[in-house]
Amino acid sequence: MKYARLFAGALAATVLTAFSAGAALAQAKPIKIGFSMALTGGLAGAGKAALIGMEIWRDDVNKHGGLLGRPVEFVYYDDATQPANVPALYTKLIDVDKVDLVVSSYGTNEIAPAMPIVMRKKMVFPALFGLAANEQFSYDRYFQIMPAGPSPQTDFSKGFFDLAAAQKPKPATLAIVAADAEFALNAAAGARKNAQAAGLKIVYDKTYPPSTTDFSPIVRAIQATGPDLVYVASYPPDSVGMVKAAHEVGLKAKMFGGGMVGLQYAAIQKNLGPLLNGIVNYDYWVPEKTLVFPGVNEFLAKYRVAAAGKGVDPYGHYLPPFAYAYLQVVQQSVEATKSLDQAKLADYMRKTTFDTVVGKVKFGRNGEWAKSRVLMVQFRNVQKDNLEQFVEAGKRIVVYPKEYQSGDFVYPYAK
Amino acid sequence: MFSADLLANAVVAGVLLGGFYAAVAVGLAIVFGQIDIVNIAHPAFVIVGAYIAYLLNSRFGFDPVLVGLAATPVFFLFGVLLYRIYFAAFERTGQESLSGLAFFFGVMFIIEVSLIMAYGVDYRLVQAEYIGQSWHVGYIDLPLRMLVPFAVSATLAAGIYAYLTRTFMGRAIQAVAQDRVALQLMGANPVRIKQWAFGLGLATAALAGALLIVIGPVEPSLGRVYIGRAFAIVVLGGMGSIPGTFVAAVILGLVESLVSTFAGPSWAPAVAFGVLALTLAVRPAGLFGR
Repeated sequence: MKYARLFAGALAATVLTAFSAGAALAQAKPIKIGFSMALTGGLAGAGKAALIGMEIWRDDVNKHGGLLGRPVEFVYYDDATQPANVPALYTKLIDVDKVDLVVSSYGTNEIAPAMPIVMRKKMVFPALFGLAANEQFSYDRYFQIMPAGPSPQTDFSKGFFDLAAAQKPKPATLAIVAADAEFALNAAAGARKNAQAAGLKIVYDKTYPPSTTDFSPIVRAIQATGPDLVYVASYPPDSVGMVKAAHEVGLKAKMFGGGMVGLQYAAIQKNLGPLLNGIVNYDYWVPEKTLVFPGVNEFLAKYRVAAAGKGVDPYGHYLPPFAYAYLQVVQQSVEATKSLDQAKLADYMRKTTFDTVVGKVKFGRNGEWAKSRVLMVQFRNVQKDNLEQFVEAGKRIVVYPKEYQSGDFVYPYAK
Repeated sequence: MFSADLLANAVVAGVLLGGFYAAVAVGLAIVFGQIDIVNIAHPAFVIVGAYIAYLLNSRFGFDPVLVGLAATPVFFLFGVLLYRIYFAAFERTGQESLSGLAFFFGVMFIIEVSLIMAYGVDYRLVQAEYIGQSWHVGYIDLPLRMLVPFAVSATLAAGIYAYLTRTFMGRAIQAVAQDRVALQLMGANPVRIKQWAFGLGLATAALAGALLIVIGPVEPSLGRVYIGRAFAIVVLGGMGSIPGTFVAAVILGLVESLVSTFAGPSWAPAVAFGVLALTLAVRPAGLFGR
């Protein structure tokens, strides 16, 4: 009985303390973070996944007492993946909603139109997956979280060509095939520069229209030129078509892949299954032991729960950790400077190396990562029709760069 | 770079691809070619067919093509209903040309947005034993992912051709296409015949959708890619001729494949539509047009 009373007292005290802490937090004026996000339209799959990652960060922060003792609140609007909507939304966020901080929507096309608005107000602008979006603006308060590095065009495929150059005998010929669209053309241009630097002979260099249904004529034409390497810059449906066609035609290249978007998504990985084995492709984060940074596994566990049944990528390896990380940059800067002063925050972001769930982040020229961390991963031992296998290490081996390498590179691809 | 096996494979790939295009276009050949309804939403219904195949395949493991086949009666009934609405709102008052087009544009957007709301914008795929397998005859590859759609599409076109030429209702549809007033004078009800034809056209979309998702991943707005191609094929085939539609689809597939192989895939759509324009310059009524 005595124990029971003691227990009840302790319980009451705990509840009261928790309640009063919560009440204090609730009384303080919230810090408002404003952004637009692609919640409908072409990029909604990624946009929704990013939002889940951001909400996990907000809840984590609020659970630990908020920022500067104030709770964090999001003010966000759906930009419907329409760049034209973005300027008005950021104007509203800043002038009407009077947010304290802004961060970007997902993707280059959504980031660029927000820049003039944010720049006019001299606000710090952490950005999520913009490829060279600050190239024209050179805004000194822009900080971008995708690890493409200071010269994204060539850094994006550098790993693919560095790996090739290290093989014996050294491959001599290259085929480049790219979708007729902004990102893919940029990637192909970078690949061309890297190939020239590596002394490779380009035997096939063509683009295809986004409406292509069957890729086997393309793969066969590539095969006929007999290249050692095939660099592909493609979007998700084309990546699937290209991998299937390569398998059906029996592509004999020694390395295949590079810049295929879509192979990072769980649903596509599951569908392609063993056809992926051997392919070398870019990625930014995979669950290999060399990339287990503090907090990332806890974050992904929460993400998996939150993402269930929402029609987004169930594992969220590609984008969500970075959506969490770009807010960690904000969090650490606010806490260290004890301020919401935009100039102080920008100064701090420029000179600090941040510890985030995606590793150490240091910003350099134009607010890009000071050093590129575009990974090349090789698919290995992928089983048929099995989604769960991609949660664990061992299916996407990091083969580049050396400091994150988690296994040996298997060459040639068609072995 | 030119070689006999490359040419032979390009021809085979083109014919197989064209066969699939025919499945998308054959319903339009009836609806647009024969009863003059500009159903611009037809490819969107193809995508609905693909999603049904995806849902039943991912949940129960049913074969996508069989699912597509099983869905045809549902699509037929929906087509009948949709035609009744279209008739009551536009055709009866003689406003079908412009308002009708806007109506089907609207239907297309409603379908796309509903699919996005229900399933998101991610790409959906199906699993089946034959996807990923290839037959090899000499140096020619026959990927089953393309061969199965070709075979199903050819059977579909043959079946529809037989239906239109051999059955009473089929001939009635062709009669409406030829002379609606004459049919009315004979005491037949053209509205009833047209709703049947529209239902039939829409039913093919269920099957075409299943074939589409066998070939590759599908997302809600993918249908737009096929609007131009499908209408072009119907026009090239001679506005309503089923054999003409099939031949036109194969020609388009062949041109795309040959240009992709030997000149560069970027040129494929331009050359394919160039061929269409040239053919129409020589034969304004299309290949099999009267």
